[in-house]
Amino acid sequence: MSAPLTLAVPRGALLQGSLDLLDRLGIDTSEVRCNDRKLLFEDAGIVTMRPSDVPTYVEHGAADLGITGKDVLLEAPERDVYELLDLGFGRCAMVVAARSGDDAMGESLRRLGRVRIATKYPAIASAHFAATGRQAEIVVVKGSVELAPLTGLVDGIVDLTATGRTLVENGLEVVEEIVDCTARLIANPVAHKLKAEAIDAVVQRIRSRA
Amino acid sequence: MAAAGAAQPDRGAAQTDRRSGEHRNENLMMYPIPPGTRDVLPDEMAELRAITSRLRAVFEHAGYGEVWTPALEYEEVLRIGDERAAGAGYRTFDEQGRVLALRSDMTIPIARLVATRFAEAHAGDPLRLFYEGRAWRVVADATGQQREFLQCGMELIGAPGAEGEAEVIALALRALGEAGLARHRVGLGDGALYRTLLTALEVPEDSHADLLEHLSRRDLAGLARRVDDLALTPDARRLLVDLPELRGGPEVLDRAHGPAAGEALEGLRVLHAALERRGIADRVILDLGLVRELGYYTGAVYEVYDPAVGFALGGGGRYDELIGRFGAPRTACGVTLDVQRVHIAQTAEERLR
Repeated sequence: MSAPLTLAVPRGALLQGSLDLLDRLGIDTSEVRCNDRKLLFEDAGIVTMRPSDVPTYVEHGAADLGITGKDVLLEAPERDVYELLDLGFGRCAMVVAARSGDDAMGESLRRLGRVRIATKYPAIASAHFAATGRQAEIVVVKGSVELAPLTGLVDGIVDLTATGRTLVENGLEVVEEIVDCTARLIANPVAHKLKAEAIDAVVQRIRSRA
Repeated sequence: MAAAGAAQPDRGAAQTDRRSGEHRNENLMMYPIPPGTRDVLPDEMAELRAITSRLRAVFEHAGYGEVWTPALEYEEVLRIGDERAAGAGYRTFDEQGRVLALRSDMTIPIARLVATRFAEAHAGDPLRLFYEGRAWRVVADATGQQREFLQCGMELIGAPGAEGEAEVIALALRALGEAGLARHRVGLGDGALYRTLLTALEVPEDSHADLLEHLSRRDLAGLARRVDDLALTPDARRLLVDLPELRGGPEVLDRAHGPAAGEALEGLRVLHAALERRGIADRVILDLGLVRELGYYTGAVYEVYDPAVGFALGGGGRYDELIGRFGAPRTACGVTLDVQRVHIAQTAEERLR
């Protein structure tokens, strides 16, 4: 009686790794691969979306399972989902970065008692500066965060980086590493009970191939 | 498809929109209500009432008496029940400057009520109470969660052990069946299980809080990594990592290995036998990783699920120490149901027919 699972797959940097994983599990992803406008693939039981939307769909049960980055989960801790597996791919680092060559953050802390930080991850950034005993003014930006310290909007940024190349190209350097982030398999709490067998089968297959 | 019913369309909104489109009035203003609260119009209200009257009929028939407690209580009194439950709510001051809080559940007020109003009652006679009322919790904006919600539930005081829990679970299942649900199940675990195992396996005490925190946040990947860091024996490691994944029929009780597990699971074994005697064991999913967010549960904990709703419809458990915190120790267990979520499940069930 076990109904088939619906899986939320992130578009963007984690898409390739996610589809490769699903291929290895025997799920047909060819339609997803050749169609980057369509969002809902009913035959394969796949819905595609921005990584940051994955916990929302999974929490509400619109998808039973989902793949998203640890950065997304840390940024939305109020989402009630199971984090079942560290999938290992899509490794990135959440870092504090600032302009190379001058110590804008240190200067700001000494003179003004606080740093100004631009980020797309306000929860992670606030928690990091609070945990390290520094006052931070968090400025949320939606686009390229690298621009913010170059224009003097802020002293530093908190952002996700895979290779660090974008930072270097913009004259920034990593000054602190906050946390390593990889792709995670998450599950809706109700599906985790009512579709336990199907979900465990997926988890076992991923584990045995790891 | 899994999405069916998970979305919660604002019933009634469609009709109103259509109408207001015809008679658009430039002077018409939309006055907002706080996110997570709602107005209920007659059609929906009639359906909600139909559900609550069926739930109430089941509780009344089983010998439960209805109680009412104030929506506003002294914050310091709620706090006696549970730090987190009292702290989560909305607060205001009365004219003498005392802090009042909106209740965030019904169990703590009823524990207070039992300790103060029934202090003289014979400890031997179980007390059966039910309620229907609203409670309030802080939710993040735009998450689709309810800030104000209608609860209907029951508390069984002075019936210790598995028989009490089995009565509560049986009534919850029956009440939901009467309300029109057919596919609902109860997930059943032991809120003290993981803590007991950590002690029995001699896991260093300073790591307990961290491990329990990961378990209650449902971060199983993080939990496994932290257990690995502890360098335990392979058996102990396997038990602590596998336990939260063990859910299903009575066979999961045997899949948790080792003497430590055997002892800690005795309570669930006895309860499962009691549920079997009542013929409802097949509606129950044993879930060894289940923990409830509130801190007052001392034994069995349960949650109610329906495939049409992505969130638990309700839950409860045994809280043998809570009433004692208000000065009159009595064993107790109970269950609460979120009426609006039950309604979503019931409409989905109707659509299937």
